Amino acid sequence: MAEYLFRAVDIRKYFAGVKALDGVTLEIKPGEIHCLAGENGCGKSTLIKIISGVYQRDSGTIEFEGKELQKITPLSAIENGIQVIYQDFSIFPNLSVMENLAINSQLVAKKKLVNWKDMRKIAEEAVARIGFQVDLDARLGDLSVAEKQMVAICRALMFNAKLIIMDEPTTALTKKEVKALFKVILQLKAQNISILFVSHKLDEVFEISERFTVFRSGKLIASGNTADLDDKKFTYYMTGREFEQKIFEPKKIDENPVLEVKKLCLEGHYSDIDFSIKGGEILGITGLLDSGRTELALSLFGMRPADSGKILIHGEEAELKSPQDAIEKGIGFVPEDRLSEGLFLSQSIGDNIIISEIDNLTKGKLVDKKKTEEEIERWVKELSIATPDANNAASTLSGGNQQRIVLAKWLACEPKLLILNGPTVGVDIGSKHDIHAILQSLAEKGMAVIIISDDLPEILENCSRIMILRDGKMSGEFSAAEATEKLILDKMM
Amino acid sequence: MAEKIKRSMKQDVHIWRLVVIMLIWFVFIGITKGSKFYSVVNFQTMFAQFPEFGLMSLGVMVCMITGGIDLSTVGVANVTSITMALLMRNLGNESGELAVGFIPVIFLLAIMMGAVAGTLNGILVAKCKIPPILATLGMSELLTGIGIVLTNGSAISDFPKTYAFIVNNRVAGIPVQFLIFAVGAAGVWFLMKKTTYGKKIILMGSSQNVAKYSGLKVDWILIKTYLISGICSALGGMIMLANYNSARADYGSNYTLQCIMIVVLGGVSPNGGKGKISGVLLAIFLVRALETGINRFPQISSYYISLVWGAVLLLVMVMNYFTDNHIKLFKKKAAL
Repeated sequence: MAEYLFRAVDIRKYFAGVKALDGVTLEIKPGEIHCLAGENGCGKSTLIKIISGVYQRDSGTIEFEGKELQKITPLSAIENGIQVIYQDFSIFPNLSVMENLAINSQLVAKKKLVNWKDMRKIAEEAVARIGFQVDLDARLGDLSVAEKQMVAICRALMFNAKLIIMDEPTTALTKKEVKALFKVILQLKAQNISILFVSHKLDEVFEISERFTVFRSGKLIASGNTADLDDKKFTYYMTGREFEQKIFEPKKIDENPVLEVKKLCLEGHYSDIDFSIKGGEILGITGLLDSGRTELALSLFGMRPADSGKILIHGEEAELKSPQDAIEKGIGFVPEDRLSEGLFLSQSIGDNIIISEIDNLTKGKLVDKKKTEEEIERWVKELSIATPDANNAASTLSGGNQQRIVLAKWLACEPKLLILNGPTVGVDIGSKHDIHAILQSLAEKGMAVIIISDDLPEILENCSRIMILRDGKMSGEFSAAEATEKLILDKMM
Repeated sequence: MAEKIKRSMKQDVHIWRLVVIMLIWFVFIGITKGSKFYSVVNFQTMFAQFPEFGLMSLGVMVCMITGGIDLSTVGVANVTSITMALLMRNLGNESGELAVGFIPVIFLLAIMMGAVAGTLNGILVAKCKIPPILATLGMSELLTGIGIVLTNGSAISDFPKTYAFIVNNRVAGIPVQFLIFAVGAAGVWFLMKKTTYGKKIILMGSSQNVAKYSGLKVDWILIKTYLISGICSALGGMIMLANYNSARADYGSNYTLQCIMIVVLGGVSPNGGKGKISGVLLAIFLVRALETGINRFPQISSYYISLVWGAVLLLVMVMNYFTDNHIKLFKKKAAL
């Protein structure tokens, strides 16, 4: 047997003259878990699309099981045993689990009529391969993200897959679900299936992969055994920059709290939440995905008003019934999902920045164009948003720059309290450091900041106090000095 | 300056495309039917005709920019014209004349009726979360039904002639209908460009959820939008009342779809979040110029007009598809 199951050598790809891939090489051994890492826009998605036949390469060779593949189409890739599990899983949310699993083989067999018995059998066999427990008649749209992913994996396995490519599979998963996914990946490895695991999360790369390949701006930067890799090297490969970890230490904390929360409850999500935060502090709130952390954040921003309890802002009782109430009281909120909650993707960067303060950029009720432009220019500069023109659509930017737009939108409103739910989800390492630095300097200038995140290193580095939620209740509170990852995990689970 | 034009060419391809189509049409009609088309009277007629559906199109435009649609424009127009005709009949004297001072009052009442109908639409869409296409379709049926009940299905034409006389008049050669349209269009333009409302509806149109998270009063903006559309439709109805010199529940029933066509032609995205009033104004005029031009050819039956409109709409949509997706029909091979 050949040493490599899959080799892509010196692959080049241009989009309208722009180099997307500049002679990259990727080699995967049989039954190995290989991690492909790189920041957004480094070309890893382009390579996957070339491997799966969505794009055609401009030059370079691709070998699979020792044979050279000339032209790859999506169908021939599947026939060869290459399966890609995309971030959106490519499944039909309106069909049942069984139908989702069986539909491809039904299509391949060119069956016009539906045989329900056959379909059930096919589906049962598919889930049995990885021992996945699921109600086959459940509507797929009702399943959790992790379960959907499992369905996609089961479906991939049905076609005698030899190489499964997972495109950032852990983005929307909780810690527990990631563990379960890794278990399945190890099972697949035991069946001699190779896995190409695309990720930019450091800890995952170390935990699961045996070998790694890192791309940066379309070029191959490094490839080797994961055992030889450490945090610093990995970050350097990814970004080409070296970073100093800066642990946040509050400089000057105000005397009176900006926000006090007393016995706050929202039926079915959280109860008896008590805490307060002063200007100059960064408070971290963490917990599992269903711990009520997101709902608590939404309540503080007026999106999902609490049922009972009190919220005091600058010592005065406040009713937060809508986001407008919250904004009026000086609260800004960077939501969890940048794409569906944070940004008007198709609109210009400038409009995205000023939309929340638009009513202040006026001269006697009328739009003040000059003021608006100055404001946009100011924030693009202040947060160093990398764009040649603020009139470009927000969708033209990378995740990190998009998150800066959302930050700019709220900073422009000059909030007293800034709440960030997952401030660096889907953001590359370089921007992540920059965003952390921005948040720390905001707190140093006297703003109260709440970071909600399940990224524990992020919480530990940036927060002066940490509050942990479990099943909607506060299960612990630590100061930065006494908190460790293990202590927090104990309180979370 | 050249930079500015270049940029606008790039950003507003849709609008420039309309300009080109219009120029081609004007040159063509100039060569073939020059003297008949390019006469003051012909333009005066055109400028008296398009305001009725032009105003309705402006209403549909604002709704479509928010990602919605207004199918009740014609319904609102007809109910307004019917009730105002009935009201004027009661106010007029025995010889069928009405004091001129009543006319502004009638217009004010019409605007109020449009506002009420529009607000209802807005509440259905914003508060009851009914999809706009259904809410406004229901409203349209309801209003048309009211119109039929009020008129027993027949036309009302025995209202004071004073009204039609005034609206069908010209001021310094400019038709009054057009003046009404110009005021309406200026109002919408002002709201879109000079107040924050314009930016808000465009952004909201691309994502209502993000708008909510950005602290915009989504419900209120929606209600305001449908209210504006209602007022535009009511004014359109008042012009129809003058142009036809009568009111009936099923006048202008093909305007509903025609307005949508004009708005899309004008570069407004049916998915919301994109659109400019300048494009829609151009499209309104283009549609009228096409029809009038075709009517100058006696050998071409007016039945062909639908065909031409449909073809233009599809052509423009296909071209928009290519520019929006950056597809070049004649691709240059990327240099290696």
